[in-house]
Amino acid sequence: MTTSEIQFDVPADPVVEGPVLQVEDLHVSFPSEAGRVQAVRGLSYHVSPGEVLGIVGESGSGKSVSSLAVMGLLPSSARITGSIKFQGRELIGRGDSELSKIRGRRISMVFQDPLSALTPVYTVGDQIAEAILVHRKGAVSKAAAAKRAVELLDLVGIPNAAERAKAFPHEFSGGMRQRAVIAMAIANDPDLIIADEPTTALDVTVQAQVLQLLETAQEVTGAGIVIITHDLGVVAGFADRLMVMYAGRAVEKGKVDEIYQQPRMPYTLGLLGSIPRLDVGEKQALVPITGQPPSLTDLPPGCPFAPRCPMVVDACHTAEPPLIEVDGSDEHHAACIRTGEIAATDAEGAEAAAEIFGAEVVEEPEIAKVPREQRDIVLGLDHVVKEYAVNKGVVFKRRVGTVHAVAGITFDIREGETLGLVGESGCGKTTTLMEILGLEKPMGGEISVLGTNVSSLDSKRRFEIRRDMSVVFQDPMASLDPRLTINDVIAEPMQVHGYSKDAINRRVPELMRLVGLRPEQLSRYPGEFSGGQRQRIGIARALALEPKLVVLDEPVSALDVSIQAGVINLLEELKSKLGLAYLFVAHDLSVVRHIADRVAVMYLGKIVEIGEVDSVFDAPRHPYTQALLSAIPIPDPVKERQRERILLTGDLPSPANPPSGCRFRTRCFLHASLPPEKQRTCIELEPPREVQAPDHEAACHFAQIRQVL
Amino acid sequence: MTVILNEGDSAGTTGAASGSPVDAAPEPGKAMTRGRLVLIRFMRNKLALVGLVLIVGMYLMAFVGPFLSKWSYDTQDYSAFLEPPYADHIFGTDKIGTDMFALTMRGLQKSLLIGLLVALISTTVAAIVGATAGYFLGAADKALMWVVDLLLVLPSFLIIAILSPWFRGKSWFLLVIMLAAFQWMITARIVRGMTLTLKEREFVKAAKFMGQPARTIIAKHIVPNMASLLIIDATINVGSAVLAETGLSYFGFGVQSPDVSLGTLIGLNAESATTFPWLFLFPAGFLVVFVLAVNWVGDGLRDALDPTSTRVRRKEKKDTKEKAA
Repeated sequence: MTTSEIQFDVPADPVVEGPVLQVEDLHVSFPSEAGRVQAVRGLSYHVSPGEVLGIVGESGSGKSVSSLAVMGLLPSSARITGSIKFQGRELIGRGDSELSKIRGRRISMVFQDPLSALTPVYTVGDQIAEAILVHRKGAVSKAAAAKRAVELLDLVGIPNAAERAKAFPHEFSGGMRQRAVIAMAIANDPDLIIADEPTTALDVTVQAQVLQLLETAQEVTGAGIVIITHDLGVVAGFADRLMVMYAGRAVEKGKVDEIYQQPRMPYTLGLLGSIPRLDVGEKQALVPITGQPPSLTDLPPGCPFAPRCPMVVDACHTAEPPLIEVDGSDEHHAACIRTGEIAATDAEGAEAAAEIFGAEVVEEPEIAKVPREQRDIVLGLDHVVKEYAVNKGVVFKRRVGTVHAVAGITFDIREGETLGLVGESGCGKTTTLMEILGLEKPMGGEISVLGTNVSSLDSKRRFEIRRDMSVVFQDPMASLDPRLTINDVIAEPMQVHGYSKDAINRRVPELMRLVGLRPEQLSRYPGEFSGGQRQRIGIARALALEPKLVVLDEPVSALDVSIQAGVINLLEELKSKLGLAYLFVAHDLSVVRHIADRVAVMYLGKIVEIGEVDSVFDAPRHPYTQALLSAIPIPDPVKERQRERILLTGDLPSPANPPSGCRFRTRCFLHASLPPEKQRTCIELEPPREVQAPDHEAACHFAQIRQVL
Repeated sequence: MTVILNEGDSAGTTGAASGSPVDAAPEPGKAMTRGRLVLIRFMRNKLALVGLVLIVGMYLMAFVGPFLSKWSYDTQDYSAFLEPPYADHIFGTDKIGTDMFALTMRGLQKSLLIGLLVALISTTVAAIVGATAGYFLGAADKALMWVVDLLLVLPSFLIIAILSPWFRGKSWFLLVIMLAAFQWMITARIVRGMTLTLKEREFVKAAKFMGQPARTIIAKHIVPNMASLLIIDATINVGSAVLAETGLSYFGFGVQSPDVSLGTLIGLNAESATTFPWLFLFPAGFLVVFVLAVNWVGDGLRDALDPTSTRVRRKEKKDTKEKAA
């Protein structure tokens, strides 16, 4: 990061002693069809200057609403009571124009979606300059503001800032847009930055860059930061203090280390235990938190977490427990009447969670005992190529280029095996998947399913092969037809493949039980189910025809962590029981490590490293794998602060114009450190995939092991 | 199979999991299905409710009314010419002694029937053409969209007017076909656009990958998911078809005598509007009220089916303000 030459001006107001932001007993409610939604119920917290507060919770826990209340950005139908003091001044009750003087000047916000946070019709430079001008009319000239915008873009690490300031948002990649948004947020040297899931929409490598940038921004401005996230990993190394929210209230707060090591509220415990760990080699038991957050319209008396809590006792239903001090520390508070008993367990953190929630490691399938070479190949890809033509012109279409989406990839999946396919978005994962599922002759290379070459199929055989291969999609909302009952959804593949009515009626309830849902719910519509349940229904549909191979396209990335663990456990159980083979596409390496037997890392249409999962994760050979692994945050503050991050520069190059030789060389830290004659090898020769260890191949000229976990 | 029933994430907020060990807390009432929600939202819109009552009332009146009256539209009462409304002829009589109530009811019957049929046919054609073009793209799309564009630039009124001598004396159903033929194109374009987005949805892909044929995918997954659009469209189409028919009939191109429609009645009696107002006001009044009612219902349906509609929230805000005052 470049050191800043920008001189931030001295704040106009005298520096106020005490916290920057003090929220006391905040209540927010909205009207809805079902009654008033009590989104935030009595929330109190404070942020000191230069401090990072992490707010963690599932979706619907009120974390975003509470920060929007601070910004005064809630719709007028919201009812807000309590007190929000910013530098000692009360914000509730102030008019919009008054708040506008504070917003963007003293408090700024970084939103989740960088695309919608920027106006598409103005250049990025203009938008940053506007953020400055709007608060300093007269004091700053237009030219000075424009110059400042360039400096800010440079500060957030955008190369060629002067050039890029004239670009429009759509010409920026997602990571660069988020940088521009952060540049805008720090433009006026704010005293408080609120970051609402700033990295959720980004790839892991970019996420690491953005987190680093937020840290820099904090150092430069000395502001207090509130970072809202659902990912306990993201805040582990970044936040000073943590607040866990549930059902509109804080259920635990304290220093980051205390919460990660001695969580005293069962919900926090469950959250910690539900995250698959990247740094744990042996099979780890994932804790699914049963049930889902309560509806906030009419909460029953008692602890809102009680229906999902493994430690629930009768006393839990009588009154909502207040936040009390635990472990004799005045920093650490938890809202649970049984904190003492949790403290009494010997295990710490995630292990305690597994113990209390009773999670068990899923057994290995029978087939896993057979050596890999002796098992049948379920799916084989041999140098598969997929290209798209780039056309120009309206009347006469000329071909002006080719997008090499998949540039010759080779892998196979054997019976009862899970292959994790990972890579950044745009690397060709989904294209590969669609090629496999389409069962059409590939543009180059060969695809074979269960030993049958796809190119030789006639339409009848193709239809038959579809029985043995099914798919589970990412988005549980979009993957079930909202107009069909669950019964029809699950029965559809069997109807297509000509099962008799009786057979279908027998099979559907069986499938429901198999995925852990009750058959009585068959007449309901998908809209009545939660995300996790819908994903289970999607899995039931995929299993209807008793397939040999299930293709999973990011099956858990759209789910909350607590629900995610349940679905992962289910997938593992099914695999072991039914001897399924999975092709598991994901960008979350921790999940892949947990569930996969082998992993293939893709970069720009090519597989750069493939092999047995522990070998690849513990001794990664390819610099890209190393960078990916090091970018994943580990939910352990101590480890996280000690880790050395490999930050990749820039974004994925365009697959229409990939770099010569090694495709990764433009972003490769290893390449940059090599002497020129060795660099030439990278530029001129495409590295072949070479065996590095038993069942472990990597495509790098200068492959060397580097521990990153 | 011995599976531990994972009640995991099965405790629905909507009370989906009654009886499971995890929902010890009392569940709020009955599950709110989508249908019920739409109904509640629709019922809240008083104007739409009034519109619905009017439409149903008018259909009932048009088809049941004539049986209650002792007069028929093709018989004359030679004891009453151009009489204003009185007990015997509640809508009065025209200059040859026909009962205006019977005549208006007959006209209303014809107009409403034509409106309903035209709306049904044109919306069905629009759904089929639009979904086919959007789903298959390529040559099918080009050909179908070419037809749509062609029909859009043709002046429908003129063409039907020119063709009217040809279907004179033939069934009124030909008029329905003609009107429908010129009313489906814009909807077909909207349907095509929606199909393009629906096609990318994962449930359509899932159906494709399980081997479902294209025609079943369109019928089972694509068209039902546009139901709200199609319902609104059909409703509004009833109104515009009635208007188009009356317009044509007014100029003598539509429904031919001895049959009558609201349009022919209005056309015939337009010059008597000031002198013998009952001849004109009853058919015209029914037309205006009907079209107005259709539009109210259309608005109400749109608000009820559109989840982003803010009507409800605005209402509550007003309530709280009143309470505070």
